[in-house]
Amino acid sequence: MYQYDAVDQDFVADRAREFREQVARRLSGELSEDQFKTLRLMNGLYLQLHAYMLRIAIPYGSLNSRQMRRLAHIGRTYDRGYGHFTTRQNLQFHWIKLRDAPDILDQLAEVNMHAIQTSGNCIRNVTSDPYAGATAEELDDPRVWSEAIRQWSSLHPEFSFLPRKFKIAITAAPKDRTAAKVHDIGLMIRRGRDGQLGFEVIVGGGLGRTPYVGPTISEFLPANRLFSYLEAILRVYNRHGRRDNIYKARIKILVAALGAEEFARQVAEEWAKIGPEGDLPDTELARIRGAFAAAAFDPLPARSEVFEAAKAADPALARFARNNLRPHKKPGYAIVEVSLKTIGETPGDATSDQMDVIADLAERYGQDDIRVTHEQNLVLPHVRLDDVPEVFAQLQAAGLASANVNLISDIIACPGLDYCALANARAIPVAQQIAQTFADPDRAEAIGELKIKISGCINACGHHHVGHIGILGVDKKGEEFYQLTLGGSGAEDAAVGKMLGPALPYDKVAGAIDTLVEVYLRERREGERFLDTYRRTGVEPFKEAVYADAH
Amino acid sequence: MPTLIRRQDNDQFVLADDPFTAVSDDEGLPPGDVIISFTRFQAEGDSLLAEGRAVGVRLEPAEEVEALAYDLPRIAVVALAFPKYRDGRGYTAARLLRQRFGFGGEVRAVGEVLREQAGFMVRCGFDAFVPADGSTPQDWAHAVHRHRHVYQRAADMRTPAYVEREGG
Repeated sequence: MYQYDAVDQDFVADRAREFREQVARRLSGELSEDQFKTLRLMNGLYLQLHAYMLRIAIPYGSLNSRQMRRLAHIGRTYDRGYGHFTTRQNLQFHWIKLRDAPDILDQLAEVNMHAIQTSGNCIRNVTSDPYAGATAEELDDPRVWSEAIRQWSSLHPEFSFLPRKFKIAITAAPKDRTAAKVHDIGLMIRRGRDGQLGFEVIVGGGLGRTPYVGPTISEFLPANRLFSYLEAILRVYNRHGRRDNIYKARIKILVAALGAEEFARQVAEEWAKIGPEGDLPDTELARIRGAFAAAAFDPLPARSEVFEAAKAADPALARFARNNLRPHKKPGYAIVEVSLKTIGETPGDATSDQMDVIADLAERYGQDDIRVTHEQNLVLPHVRLDDVPEVFAQLQAAGLASANVNLISDIIACPGLDYCALANARAIPVAQQIAQTFADPDRAEAIGELKIKISGCINACGHHHVGHIGILGVDKKGEEFYQLTLGGSGAEDAAVGKMLGPALPYDKVAGAIDTLVEVYLRERREGERFLDTYRRTGVEPFKEAVYADAH
Repeated sequence: MPTLIRRQDNDQFVLADDPFTAVSDDEGLPPGDVIISFTRFQAEGDSLLAEGRAVGVRLEPAEEVEALAYDLPRIAVVALAFPKYRDGRGYTAARLLRQRFGFGGEVRAVGEVLREQAGFMVRCGFDAFVPADGSTPQDWAHAVHRHRHVYQRAADMRTPAYVEREGG
């Protein structure tokens, strides 16, 4: 966890104070709603159908227990006792009163948190690998770079009024848990032939109406030149990105229009003019690295007898271990994923009480470290294997022990027509139906990794384009229909899914998913995930089965 | 008369008399110092300067500062237009004027200019503002001095956090 210094603390306190004054001006009538709109959006405050929604930044999805408890407290005091973790590792409260917003920002500032740039046409929260600092796969700790980008992008003088929002993801592991290739900028840490650190820079990926897997514009950018290069990309975009049409304003449209090569050339030209003056000094990067309190790991045997015995005695724990535990870089430790996809619940929601439980567990068993994943789950990155049985028991008691991470019921769904004015169709009930259909945990495990992502409209907040199975709600003459896509992925093998066939009515969706799964189980070869089988066989067997059933 | 707020070298904000008349392309030229469009400057700039007038040029967001590079030593004011406050191209233009082209004249923000932009504008090198929201020099000073720290180096030469920290 990065430790704020006095500068960082002053910064969020100044910001909170500014917003308090702005809210006072709004409440006194000095500002109209229209004038106030820009100001509140700069602080993550949206006006929705019934109330204000406040989106709180969780930079690169990293929290400590004190911060998690504060979020729980805010949920209990100012909202309805729960919050919603988002696909950008943030947290949203949906029932906020305007007059409470300044107090909430003060409360956040006290624990080194804020809502800066969680909305608006600026550089948004940087997302990163939730296993950072815990996985042996990584070449470097991506949080160091994420924090440096957080600071560099905060109230950036030149890039706070971009053509459209701008999202950066950064990962240092070959297995991409950030969806880097579908971000405005995806940074993948690489090691050069001479051992130096650098970045592969991917620009112009995105979802929404026009999904793209972003092209690579630099195979290897030396790490110490990152900030001048980011400045060059942002400057080319700020100057040349479209501002005449909100749907064509993202950088992906500019990159696609120019072609990746020409875009890269323009960036290189601008970069040469900026020069190393635009870079962050190595001393500051070293300071940030040092401000991440190093986790203190005990030397432990790789095998925990306590854990093995508990697993042998409790099949539920064994199942949890198979699906929710990931290897840790240190022997005797594990990365524990906490699923927020309990069958029958709203994906990504956690109650204040559940947040407190997670905070307690992190403090007691997890080095005070909590992460949020872009797939809307939580992670305790450093748990001793010896402690896993106790952690599991407490998660069970809190209703947080679903052993379904990466399985078919670990679904991303946008709020959909139940909450969102833009939606064409419901998303959450579809997710719930599918989860119910695959409620048998043995069957779910037999099916293996299968990522279903559901969006209630073409804005694609549920990332349907990159679901192994994507589901898009469409409106057909006032009725909800669902377009299925297959073969998408947001990971290192990123791809945009292909349409299966005509859209299906609401009550046929869960059945169609069942059919797709049956085809996969029939066709799969040893070791193949659903995605692999689909990529080998193509769409035909799937299409045939679904539409044979539908007729 | 529109209000003109100027940022002084001591970082104070004051109301200023505007010696310039902003002239649109379809208006005749009044006597004295004028701010004209880039198109008009290309056609009439030489003769106006020969008359001994001070001349300012207004750039629309889509007009690139590079096109003005060779003329900068002759120009007193570059007025960067914000047809909408959301259009952020002027921030890049101002920074390039200051940091890449070393322009030492006035960089003025015109159009939909609101006090909320004050901090960003000053950091990018603007030093004159024609606000559209009735804000006062006090409002601008308040907005600009709000944040005790900045994280980036920009055109205003404020010490960024990473340098401040080295000192501490």
